[in-house]
Amino acid sequence: MVAEDLYKTVRVLCWVMTGPKTLETKAKHVNATWTKNCNKVLYMSSEEDKMLNVVGLDVKEGRDQLYWKTIKAFHYIYEHHFDEADWFLKADDDTFVILENLRLLLSQYIPDQPIYFGRRFKLFAKQGYMSGGAGYVLSKEALRRFIEGFKTKKCAHLSCVEDVELGKCMETMNVTAVDTRDRNKKELFHPLAPELHLVKSYLAKKSWYWSYNFYPTEDGPGCCSDLAISFHYIDSVHMYELEYLVYHLRAYGYKYRYNAE
Amino acid sequence: MCKDDSKMISEGSSFIKGMLLGGIFCAAVTLFGNFNKGHQSTTDHHHHHIQAPSEEELLKLPEPKRLELSQHIRVYCIILVQPRELSYWAAVVDTWSKHCDKAEFYTSEDVKVFRAVSLDTKDQWLMLRNALKHAYANGKGYSWFFVALPSTFAIIENLKYFLLNKDPSQPFYIGHTVKSGELEYAELEGGVVLSFEALRRLVGVFSDDVKCPEQGRALWKLTEEKELAVCLKYTGVFAENAEDSEGKEVFNTKSVSTLIKEALAKKPQEVVNGCCSDVAITFHGQSPNYMQVLMYGVYRLRPYGHTFHDSLIFLPPVDSDND
Repeated sequence: MVAEDLYKTVRVLCWVMTGPKTLETKAKHVNATWTKNCNKVLYMSSEEDKMLNVVGLDVKEGRDQLYWKTIKAFHYIYEHHFDEADWFLKADDDTFVILENLRLLLSQYIPDQPIYFGRRFKLFAKQGYMSGGAGYVLSKEALRRFIEGFKTKKCAHLSCVEDVELGKCMETMNVTAVDTRDRNKKELFHPLAPELHLVKSYLAKKSWYWSYNFYPTEDGPGCCSDLAISFHYIDSVHMYELEYLVYHLRAYGYKYRYNAE
Repeated sequence: MCKDDSKMISEGSSFIKGMLLGGIFCAAVTLFGNFNKGHQSTTDHHHHHIQAPSEEELLKLPEPKRLELSQHIRVYCIILVQPRELSYWAAVVDTWSKHCDKAEFYTSEDVKVFRAVSLDTKDQWLMLRNALKHAYANGKGYSWFFVALPSTFAIIENLKYFLLNKDPSQPFYIGHTVKSGELEYAELEGGVVLSFEALRRLVGVFSDDVKCPEQGRALWKLTEEKELAVCLKYTGVFAENAEDSEGKEVFNTKSVSTLIKEALAKKPQEVVNGCCSDVAITFHGQSPNYMQVLMYGVYRLRPYGHTFHDSLIFLPPVDSDND
């Protein structure tokens, strides 16, 4: 089966940003749903938890610690798990990721290329940066360069805005931001919940979303690819709902309009 | 000849045209003969739980027959709306009703924005009666009639899959059933399915003022779903529940979110598996916004590389962009 083959050849290590306060309310449900499709999963917090595979990093909790958490998480992974995967996904504990669709995307690239993927935003960095909430993926080479950047002080903790800072570091280290839209130019990574993207005019015309998005995009059915990879701001009940909609509920015998080939 | 059809069709295309015609007739007879054992010429049957056909049963038929069968089953959707539910009405127009072979909206009173059959009454039972009468009068060529309320979301392909091995010239009245004293009825919220024969009998009993009065029972008022059940019972048609091959309900009177929350409370170790059918037909109480999410989730979003060997094929509707 195609999905099984891709699982073996496109190895993805997922790390999920979490904390002691959201372990039970969020991380637990992430763990019960999409992360079982990762080749390896790690949860990153300020406190260790052996039950849920949670790594205790030397950080404090709080929004201002997010980039420290990211830096230390990637360093931890580089030190202990670098050889176990080809691609490294970062997600929040309210991000839902469809690994099969991620592997389809990644299978078109080589992990030795200095590239990274996600929902591309503009502003703050010349080549843009990837939204933290929508989840982003570093190639093996990109991770190597991230670590190298900190070793050589080319990259540093300049602010706590995790996704923007990571984007700047990537740019400094000549890691390319990839255009991750599908064949019909529909986005794969989504920084909001499905309803906000799919319902026309749900998002106000003044919403930050329109000015941040790197590529032209729309709301309504054109927002999203059939083979979407991620959605964000997904609470615990929604995690299971999405799992049901993606992996279980279907229209029997239906011939899809969009196909990957 | 019927049993050897599959071998003959694989030999030479010159046979195919003639065989197809005869084959379809044979398939229909064979199917209905096999799956309706014990109900051949009775005027009333009491099977209470109908199961969807298994893959093996369907896959026994050659592909041309299965394709033809997919296209031959035609569903007439009857959607009962009120002007105060305009946003739901709009959502149904823009979402799942596009998958009905015919979708007719029946309203208590006209609205300028949407085309509908105006029934000029606010009485629920009278609305239902008149809608069904209208559908029957305009329903030649449709084998199944599906009644829905505006906050119900339906997956018509799954309905057709479920109905495939059922003979519409037999009386069927299917939905999410509930017992109220002696009366078993299908809850309107979960969607109600009537075969052509059941509808024919129902329209017949409408003219009987004792068995099925227009104003409802005189002594105690019944809800329209119960009135429907009583009238049908007089014609020998009984409500039947519906489950998939794993015993999961396919007509749901609750929303996806409610069912997930219930599963989370009852079976926290197996929330999604314990929740709902993969081939569910209806959910109820869905907001207009969530219907757009369901269209995307059901007809578009999926994990790459998972293949299904479905024995039927349903094509996307024309002029639609959210499926």
